[in-house]
Amino acid sequence: MRNPLADKAVAIKPSGIRKFFDIASEMEDVVSLGVGEPDFDTPWAVRDEGIYTLEQGKTFYTSNAGLKELRQEICRYLKRRFGLEYDPLHETFLTVGGSEGIDLAFRAMLNPGDEVLIPQPCYVSYLPCVELADGVPVTIDLKAENEFRLTKQELLEHITDKTKILVLPFPNNPTGAVMERKDLEEIAEVIREKDLFVLSDEIYAELTYTEENHVSIASLPGMKERTILINGFSKSHAMTGWRLGYCCGPRQILDQMVKIHQFAIMCAPTNSQYAAVVALRDCDQEVAKMREAYNQRRRYLMHAFREMGLPCFEPFGAFYVFPCIKEFGMTSDEFATRLLEEEHVAVVPGNAFGDCGEGFLRISYAYSLEALKIALGRLEKFVTKLRAEKEK
Amino acid sequence: MREQILTFLEKNSKIDLGELAILLGSSEAVIANEVQKMEQEHIICGYHTLIDWDKTSVDKTTALIEVRVTPQRGQGFDNIAERIYNYPEVQSVYLISGAYDLLVILEGKTLKEVASFVSDKLSTLDTVISTATHFILKKYKDDGIILAKKSKDERMLVTP
Repeated sequence: MRNPLADKAVAIKPSGIRKFFDIASEMEDVVSLGVGEPDFDTPWAVRDEGIYTLEQGKTFYTSNAGLKELRQEICRYLKRRFGLEYDPLHETFLTVGGSEGIDLAFRAMLNPGDEVLIPQPCYVSYLPCVELADGVPVTIDLKAENEFRLTKQELLEHITDKTKILVLPFPNNPTGAVMERKDLEEIAEVIREKDLFVLSDEIYAELTYTEENHVSIASLPGMKERTILINGFSKSHAMTGWRLGYCCGPRQILDQMVKIHQFAIMCAPTNSQYAAVVALRDCDQEVAKMREAYNQRRRYLMHAFREMGLPCFEPFGAFYVFPCIKEFGMTSDEFATRLLEEEHVAVVPGNAFGDCGEGFLRISYAYSLEALKIALGRLEKFVTKLRAEKEK
Repeated sequence: MREQILTFLEKNSKIDLGELAILLGSSEAVIANEVQKMEQEHIICGYHTLIDWDKTSVDKTTALIEVRVTPQRGQGFDNIAERIYNYPEVQSVYLISGAYDLLVILEGKTLKEVASFVSDKLSTLDTVISTATHFILKKYKDDGIILAKKSKDERMLVTP
């Protein structure tokens, strides 16, 4: 039989997270800090609307771009929360989670050989999606001393005449880093000057704990026409399983994205779309409540790491902290494996999000305070043990 | 800050104040001071425990009693409310808008005990025009806590 596989698919590196999932799943009494989704239930009003529309039999396809009512609600929301202005008819459409939007943007925008700048550590999808779209991923290693923000200098150093898109994943998974207005202004200047585009993945926008609200690069002068904005309901409204995201940007690009979406997906889940209308219309308070809860846990974790003496910059976004474990003289993978085997705590090694994440761990605080306490107790025990081993 | 402290204590009065300080980004001394002041000002009136008595062997019957009364000149409803709330078996008394005036929540050991309170003590008050007693059959949610079920984390253990 001849080779049934595409070289391009085979060449893609599998995610480093899988291994930990497999080990942890076999264990009993594992306390996990490895989850990348909210621990809250979807607000009841949203679930109730989902149930109601099912009862009403609203189970058909929607238009490819999604329910008009929802697109209008999204545009109102983006204006209200981030001062962004988009046309609901031509500059907004619904996707199957934020991930689909990422994939579509690369497929719609890249020609073979076009370079995409990907600051790492970052979410695991960008790189393989660029490769599948025949683009060339160029990674930028972000640094702990910059609190894992992208600097103008780092950006300039990686731009070539083939560079087309910069991926801007902030607030960031896995580091929790944010880019504030002043940081974005410097980046925007380069983008305009070098005639580039930005894929701004703002799925964690609502989970920002700085004094100033999250700032979207698309809201800066001259940037809306250069930005594909990715957002969705998974993190802000605790709706991961509903698989619903959206994409906003210039019509010229979105038309092509919607065309691919139409052939590949048809439309985002209808039931989720109806429920999401309620999420945006009635749930600002619920969102604020969840944000406050995350913020409290974030402070709790930062305090615990200080007590343990684990160096960790203070992250102001998403629901992750990214402590450094270099003092123990082992790789992130070794540390995480031993922590799982010896103390039954699951975390994700930093290098799962790019080579420069080596020496760090991603720790999620999408857990109840009670669960965090148990896990941190075990982690502390482990760290103490490692330090004693080193003494000998 | 006060609202944040209260929001926490309302749900968990047992929380360690040092821990609360970490969660709110403050110091233990500040929090303890605020709590003490709020106790003195009677903003914090007590620290209760939410109990699902149905799971114990203790017999308890709770009734909601709608009471219609004639308000008294110069006193309004306050005087009659006081005469009712001084009974130790009365848990709560609220002045209510709408079809009746006072809502009295009463706790007794048995149905009979509650019934005799209503007929002997409540109905016989001069200003009481009428009462309607509703017995609670099952508590699903109390003080914002769902009693019926325990939630379980159904997420996968590790996800990107």
